Amino acid sequence: MSLFDLRLTDLHNKLAHREVSVSELVEHSLNRIHRTDEQIGAFLTLNQEGAQEGAIALDKQLGNGEERGLLFGLPAGLKDNMVTQGLRTTCASKFLENYIPVHDATVVKRLRTAQSVTIGKLNMDEFAMGGSNENSAYHPVRNPWDLTRVPGGSSGGSAAAVAAGQVYFALGSDTGGSIRQPAAYCGVVGLKPTYGLVSRFGLVAFASSLDQIGPISKNVEDAAYVLQAIAGHDEMDSTSANVNIPDYTSALTGDVRGLRIGVPKEYLGQGINPNVKEHVLEALKVFEAMGAVWEEVSLPHTDYAVSAYYLLASSEASSNLARFDGVRYGVRAGDPANLMDLYRRSRSEGFGDEVKRRIMLGTYALSSGYYDAYYKKAQQVRTLIKRDFDQVFEKYDLIIGPTAPTTAFRLGEQVDDPLTMYLNDILTIPVSLAGVPAISVPCGFAEGLPVGLQIIGKPFDETTVLRAAYAYESQTDHHTRRPALS
Amino acid sequence: MSLLNKFETVVGLEVHVELHTRSKIFCGCSTSFGAPPNTHTCPICLGHPGVLPVLNRQAVEYAMKAAMAINCEVAEWCKFDRKNYFYPDSPKAYQISQYDQPIGQNGWIDIEVNGATKRIGITRLHLEEDAGKLTHIDGGLGSLVDFNRVGTPLLEIVSEPDIRSPEEAKAYLEKLKAIMQYCNVSDVKMEQGSLRCDANISLRPHGQEQFGTRAELKNMNSFRGVLRGLEYEQLRQADILENGGLVLQETRRWDEGQGRTISMRGKEEAHDYRYFPDPDLVRIHIDEEWRSRVRDSIPELPDARQARYVEEYGLPSYDAGVLTASMKLADFFEDSLRFTSDAKASANWIMGELLAYLNANGLELEDVKMTGQGLGEMIALIGKGTISTKIAKTVFKGMVETGKSPQQIVEEQGLVQISDEGAILSIVDAVIAANPQSVEDFRNGKDKAIGFLVGQIMKETKGKANPGLVNKLLTDRLKG
Repeated sequence: MSLFDLRLTDLHNKLAHREVSVSELVEHSLNRIHRTDEQIGAFLTLNQEGAQEGAIALDKQLGNGEERGLLFGLPAGLKDNMVTQGLRTTCASKFLENYIPVHDATVVKRLRTAQSVTIGKLNMDEFAMGGSNENSAYHPVRNPWDLTRVPGGSSGGSAAAVAAGQVYFALGSDTGGSIRQPAAYCGVVGLKPTYGLVSRFGLVAFASSLDQIGPISKNVEDAAYVLQAIAGHDEMDSTSANVNIPDYTSALTGDVRGLRIGVPKEYLGQGINPNVKEHVLEALKVFEAMGAVWEEVSLPHTDYAVSAYYLLASSEASSNLARFDGVRYGVRAGDPANLMDLYRRSRSEGFGDEVKRRIMLGTYALSSGYYDAYYKKAQQVRTLIKRDFDQVFEKYDLIIGPTAPTTAFRLGEQVDDPLTMYLNDILTIPVSLAGVPAISVPCGFAEGLPVGLQIIGKPFDETTVLRAAYAYESQTDHHTRRPALS
Repeated sequence: MSLLNKFETVVGLEVHVELHTRSKIFCGCSTSFGAPPNTHTCPICLGHPGVLPVLNRQAVEYAMKAAMAINCEVAEWCKFDRKNYFYPDSPKAYQISQYDQPIGQNGWIDIEVNGATKRIGITRLHLEEDAGKLTHIDGGLGSLVDFNRVGTPLLEIVSEPDIRSPEEAKAYLEKLKAIMQYCNVSDVKMEQGSLRCDANISLRPHGQEQFGTRAELKNMNSFRGVLRGLEYEQLRQADILENGGLVLQETRRWDEGQGRTISMRGKEEAHDYRYFPDPDLVRIHIDEEWRSRVRDSIPELPDARQARYVEEYGLPSYDAGVLTASMKLADFFEDSLRFTSDAKASANWIMGELLAYLNANGLELEDVKMTGQGLGEMIALIGKGTISTKIAKTVFKGMVETGKSPQQIVEEQGLVQISDEGAILSIVDAVIAANPQSVEDFRNGKDKAIGFLVGQIMKETKGKANPGLVNKLLTDRLKG
């Protein structure tokens, strides 16, 4: 059993009793990365020296009675779209290949307060655009369960690193499913909080009205601890909610008696792999056995979600990514003939195909004469989708369904078919548009590949989401299985 | 001018006013003018990856205040939008502005042209962030950008096309400047760019309702520039129309040096700004409590102050208008009245000596040390007979140049008027004795001779003798 398989509380006990040191945890992490990352490709930048120095500093605090942070000594990986002062942040884009941020993201500061150790920056789809991690400008990430398959995306590096035991936990970001879908593909836990619960300051924006940072971890308990550390109002982010943060770990009771669960028929219909469906139905039986009740419900506007999402997210992205213009940082084309040439060539050289595709789509959707038909219409659809969720939540505490329609697909399988690729997010996108929280937990294996169960909650009711996920996890052992890596 | 008689000029102005909040609108950087390039910057205003804007509520409050002062309806809810365009002075490649929900709408201000009052409508007032400043290196070697100004809060105030001449445009701009100054929301200095003006101008035959095709005029960097630019442009358009041509819808630049407007871009090259609501900012709610608190902070505005000066001090409306056109000048005037009750005298000194001095030396009131108190005290000294009006001019010069009090100047330069009869009489006698020929001439009916004698007496006293007393005593002696 690996050190990282220990429960967080057990590990902290061992640290407190000096049975293990932070330096040992960091070395464990670095060794694991050195042994496995050539195959996996989860890391873009290692913070080896920084992590080792950080570990020594934390070790000095061991046993001297100082109050210790919530995540004390835990080796963590950060998706490479969260800026880290002095540590290269690329967003997996050529454009930012040499970009060293001059400030820290709010989540990075909060992790420092919680005293975890940043091991490095994790691979992703370029600027978080994609669902397979094949859009990284550097190298793809391979699924630890089957190296011929994708880990999902866009937080593919974060999910793979946790699944491969390279870090104790990771942070990912989710815009339309980018935490939950890779968590499902890699057999780990991924939580997308309510929009506004975690500060976006320092998260390089893809689609500002949808982006949320959240934990990716081996189990629900870890996710609760990490969320506890990063959640809460931030005056640097006007969209961060000023709400009281409950004690999430107190929700980990195992008790779901009387919980009312709605299961959308749209989430188990056409296009859902029968194996995936079967595992979800099995999971519902587990909930039943624990005293929860479930009924079929409807989210009638589900079919329109993907179209609305690609208009809204791309529109925002076209504006958010305009700052990458070659003037102040990042790629700058040499010997430009004029200003337009500087812009055109810097952006042509710096961005990959998928990023360009979405910038063009978004630019088009916002253009004069098309705004009403696309952007505005999509906003109206978003309102309807949110209403779908509101209505179900009038009667039910949670909504449960699969995280993704299938298990992880093969590398290269969908690269030339962006539309099929977009449909992988059909079950996660509506949740993002509604802004509500959802977690993906492992619920079994189909032909050796993990299947994810998605548990969706009311706005800012992460507590109930975690309670159900923890109860389910405690009745099953899917989350304890590890991929066989050399 | 005959060319213009056939057409009516229609002008609408788009005015930008930089708000003088201490920090920028979306970050904590200083807004002060004149710092070394790129020293008032941070990751937020430089548009680094991952940063987010946080609204400076003081800027909203200033915008509300300005909107109320120009009689706008202030929205209960408003929001920010992104105006997308690529240019190196814009680090995010979009400007945070307000598109369809501005802070203020449907306002007006009154201007005075040729003695008549005219109301100019104001379509909207909105809040946005300023851009950086580009300097182009001669010879096409490149351009330099200074981001100090990026993120300075900026008001855009758009007038209705109610303006009918370049003079009206200038009067509108001057009134707008005065109101912003009174509200204390901006330095409103055109030469520093805290007040900027673009114009839409078109011509139409008299009696025609439909507007002609307009040109947008930019780069008018002074009040004179606005006047000259519009004068040039209306003649240019009149000439085209007169010769059966068509005015093109385009953006033109006023070239101060060449004294003409030059085409920058046509309608086809106009930007599509792809406005959409900025998802990084939440909507602003302006509730009644906030609204009334801001309303209460608005001071007496120029029009009201002008009316009060006519009413309270009996000043001619013109004088009151000149004094209240600038709040600092009006405050100076009122300061002086704490030390003298002669309002008309104070107004005359300000409008005469003071403004002439400032104009001649290209100075602003705040550039000189002289105070309203000093002026008031000086007028009081004249009233008491301590100095003559003639000597007062010397005292005034001393005050405006050194900022010293009139008492100090009078003392230091020994300018106290001699009003002692005995002292003057002895000089009168001495002058009479020294100039028998003039005395003879006077007695023979040559009245002019008395002027010479007075001159001699004043020369003897270095101009300090009380002129009334000199005249009286000399006449008595000569006739006696």
